[in-house]
Amino acid sequence: MIPGLLGTKVGMTNIITELGAMLPVTVIKAGPCVVLQVKTKKVDGYDALQLGFGDKKPHRATMPHIGHAAKAKTGPKCNVREFRIAEATEIAIGDVINLETFGTEDINYIDVSGVTKGKGFAGVMKRHGFGGKEASHGVERKHRSAGGIGGSANAGTGRAVKKGKRMAGRMGYVRCTAQSMQVLKVDTENDLMIVLGSVPGPAGSLVEIRRAKKKG
Amino acid sequence: MGSPLLDLVEKAYLKPKQPTYHIGDTVDVRCRIVEGSKERIQIFTGVVIAEGGKGVSACITVRRIVGNEGVERKFPLHSPNVIDIDIKRRGKVRRAKLYFLRDRIGKARKLRELRVQHKKTAKPALAAAGA
Repeated sequence: MIPGLLGTKVGMTNIITELGAMLPVTVIKAGPCVVLQVKTKKVDGYDALQLGFGDKKPHRATMPHIGHAAKAKTGPKCNVREFRIAEATEIAIGDVINLETFGTEDINYIDVSGVTKGKGFAGVMKRHGFGGKEASHGVERKHRSAGGIGGSANAGTGRAVKKGKRMAGRMGYVRCTAQSMQVLKVDTENDLMIVLGSVPGPAGSLVEIRRAKKKG
Repeated sequence: MGSPLLDLVEKAYLKPKQPTYHIGDTVDVRCRIVEGSKERIQIFTGVVIAEGGKGVSACITVRRIVGNEGVERKFPLHSPNVIDIDIKRRGKVRRAKLYFLRDRIGKARKLRELRVQHKKTAKPALAAAGA
């Protein structure tokens, strides 16, 4: 069984059902990926498939990179990711896997991992969903402030502000997984997958597709 | 939409032909209404005051007055529920969004309709413009 696929997020659009409902969908170009290495428990300590996706120009790749890809009889790849597998499979190094071999017919839900859009330095309302303060009733210049971060009662415990206190800071550009995304349509001819709803990251970014962990 | 792959996906959901309406036209939008198991066709008559979206998301906003109350409805052009759009009168307008109509009351609203050219007279002018 193929554990997953690599792909790029093409972008979002709508599709209209026969009943006239407009559904927000994300289009993902999934695969084809090349198996660059098959890791086994005996040799590597765990079982996994190393997949490569997207070609890289040979003059931009390093020799070790080219040599590694050459073992799978392919050129260097832009994106290389590992997918854990339960046990050794018949999938061999150099195999090309795509939506068809992924077994899309019995897959209704997938998990999609990617790197979210960076939001920069964000305040607590945006970053942690704090309520902020009122617009009026005497509130001045602190409508979006975080409020108290700990009183003198905390001083007795040895620190004034608790560790992990949610504050403003860098937001986004972290790995995130959208779980149980419903697959609406699969186009094996063009390697396209259409899922309901949004997927982490900007259009054009790399996404990892796995069988849904929590939903069949 | 920019991305050829997105266009490819959208293509399957686009209607092959769209009516050639313009902003400011008074139109009859025939739409399918499903009530439980029953299905009927409702006609919504009004002025096209805006269009928005592209590809499958393309839609028009139609404004009409019901009992002295303005009613606006957005119709997705590629929805199967929007069966047909008949152009009844052409409006003479100079902008793409006719939101100013929302502030017009009574006769001011009607003034616009006075400026409307009838299709018969409008047609030769259009043909001349096309040639």
